[in-house]
Amino acid sequence: MATEPVFIGRPTDAELSDQLLSTAWRPWRRLGKIGFLVAILGTLSLFTGITLTVMYGIGMWGNNIPVGWGFGIINFVWWVGIGHAGTFISAVLLLFEQKWRTSINRFAEAMTLFAVLQAAMFPVLHLGRPWFAYWIFPYPSTMAVWPQFKSALPWDAAAISTYFTVSLVFWYTGLIPDLAAARDRAPTRAKRFLYGIFALGFTGASSSYRHYRVVYGLLAGISTPLVLSVHSIVSSDFAITLVPGWHSTIFPPFFVAGAIFSGFAMVLTLVIPVRSLFRLENVITKRHLDNLAKMVLVTCWVVTYSYILEFFIAWYSGDEYEIYQFFEARPFGPWAWIFWMMIICNAVVPQIFWSKKARTNLGVLWAVSLLVNVGMWAERFVIIVMGLQRDYLPSAWDVFVPTYVDWAIFLGTMGFFLLLFLLFLRFVPFVPLAEVKELKHELSHEEGH
Amino acid sequence: MRKTRQGGIVGAFDTPEAIIRAAHELRKSGYRRLEGYTPYPLLDLERAIGRGRSRIGFVVFPFAIAAAAVAYLVQWWTNAVNYPLNSGGRPAHAPPAFVPATFEMAVLFSALAACVILALWSGLPALWQPIFEVPGFDRASIDKFFLAISDRDPAFDREATARRLTELGATRIELLGTHPATDAELDERLNGKGGAES
Repeated sequence: MATEPVFIGRPTDAELSDQLLSTAWRPWRRLGKIGFLVAILGTLSLFTGITLTVMYGIGMWGNNIPVGWGFGIINFVWWVGIGHAGTFISAVLLLFEQKWRTSINRFAEAMTLFAVLQAAMFPVLHLGRPWFAYWIFPYPSTMAVWPQFKSALPWDAAAISTYFTVSLVFWYTGLIPDLAAARDRAPTRAKRFLYGIFALGFTGASSSYRHYRVVYGLLAGISTPLVLSVHSIVSSDFAITLVPGWHSTIFPPFFVAGAIFSGFAMVLTLVIPVRSLFRLENVITKRHLDNLAKMVLVTCWVVTYSYILEFFIAWYSGDEYEIYQFFEARPFGPWAWIFWMMIICNAVVPQIFWSKKARTNLGVLWAVSLLVNVGMWAERFVIIVMGLQRDYLPSAWDVFVPTYVDWAIFLGTMGFFLLLFLLFLRFVPFVPLAEVKELKHELSHEEGH
Repeated sequence: MRKTRQGGIVGAFDTPEAIIRAAHELRKSGYRRLEGYTPYPLLDLERAIGRGRSRIGFVVFPFAIAAAAVAYLVQWWTNAVNYPLNSGGRPAHAPPAFVPATFEMAVLFSALAACVILALWSGLPALWQPIFEVPGFDRASIDKFFLAISDRDPAFDREATARRLTELGATRIELLGTHPATDAELDERLNGKGGAES
């Protein structure tokens, strides 16, 4: 089977523009409306869960002593991780001049933004008194107390807020030429007006573009170390403590790899239905899906290698608590089935991507991407719950059981994520129009036309 | 930076190759105030109209350094000077622990500075610009390539420049009006009466 190109057909620029912009004004079919309904129900569940938590306190969650970090931190880490692939695609692959990133980068960046938004809610709610969240900032207060910068939590706050803001400006900068195109092409006056405001009056002047291109590259350049730093900092929340299974120097790279792994899986989960529903097979080709699947396979092996190394180091350290944690508590303790689910979903299932047939089969791709998402959530669960359930003193051991509020918030964030994502698909040109046209121009040059 | 007053001639081209060639030729014959309007960035066009690589990076860099310095100083002053906390016996001034927030602030402020400077240097936001009045300019973001020659260009001559643009392959020539236009002029232009410009 020959490799598919990153771009199929020879539409004119005008045809391409109309195809990619029309998603923002064509009426939606029934499926889209059902999607919105599901998303709104999920969002309601989220806000109900949040309301209960704020009214009655953290006691509404399944957290206990010793498992003080339950769903709150599991979901936080999982959602932040998902965001990473978006930045990876838009920044790292841009620096490596990977042409196939072009048509999916905006899409992946939007996923980043919305995932980080879900993630950011959890540590704030986990405070128990979220209205004091601003205490994390070093402002001169009457209490004369400052944040403790030797703790990983202020690092987290700095990392997550920076990550969100930088992703937002990166995304918006990339959007401006396409908002201008939407302004010039929109069918109604109201839409022209709205897109016109968001396009800021961009004209596509060469004197703007010459700064624009450099700024875009610059943002990609600073996003690359940023994305590596964010999950490294998140992993420090664990690694700088003494809990068995957490206190490990492998955590930063292990977490970053896992984050990119789960993020690529989520990109696949989202891109496959969108590509079919909006008939984008000509700009998001099988080549894209194939490459995404290869990235999943690569990161799968980094994660698998980290698992092996974690077990090896636990044994090699000779530390009885570490040995107990890895060789007793995880595979055979309470919730052991989640550990085995993690191994199967993260280390075994993605191996199917060695086969090119599997990498280009939509059904297989989608199923594997869902399983990887499940597997990565299981990994967060295993790390957090298993370590805390079985720490140093057997008399302190307990089992973590999530409550309905935990589930309402967790499932609710998926609904809220879906809602934001559908709104994005509804109103924003989600395939980067200017960049695809530029790519088409470059490709036609390479072919010698 | 964009001036509020813009006048001149605009030629529309169908392909990037045509506009780049036209810009080269005009530049060779002494035109200096050229501006391209294109649906996507064209590096060759920027070079052809005589614009070098943007220096925006050098302007952003000091913001990164300043943000990092301020972030480190804040952490040092609050945790080691103003209210030293003994946290697990670690030194009050613990440089490795101050690295993450320092790095994040450098990234945050360089990204914000880059975007603000980009907006300022591009003259944005400016929801209305004289070039928008050019008929057919709404295709500049889709599939047409516009080359504008300012009337303040030393080589500018309305007739000759327009002829030159046509020779170079412009499919359509338009006048770039002056702004602010008088009410009467605006009315005339909007209602398409008079045709004084042709």
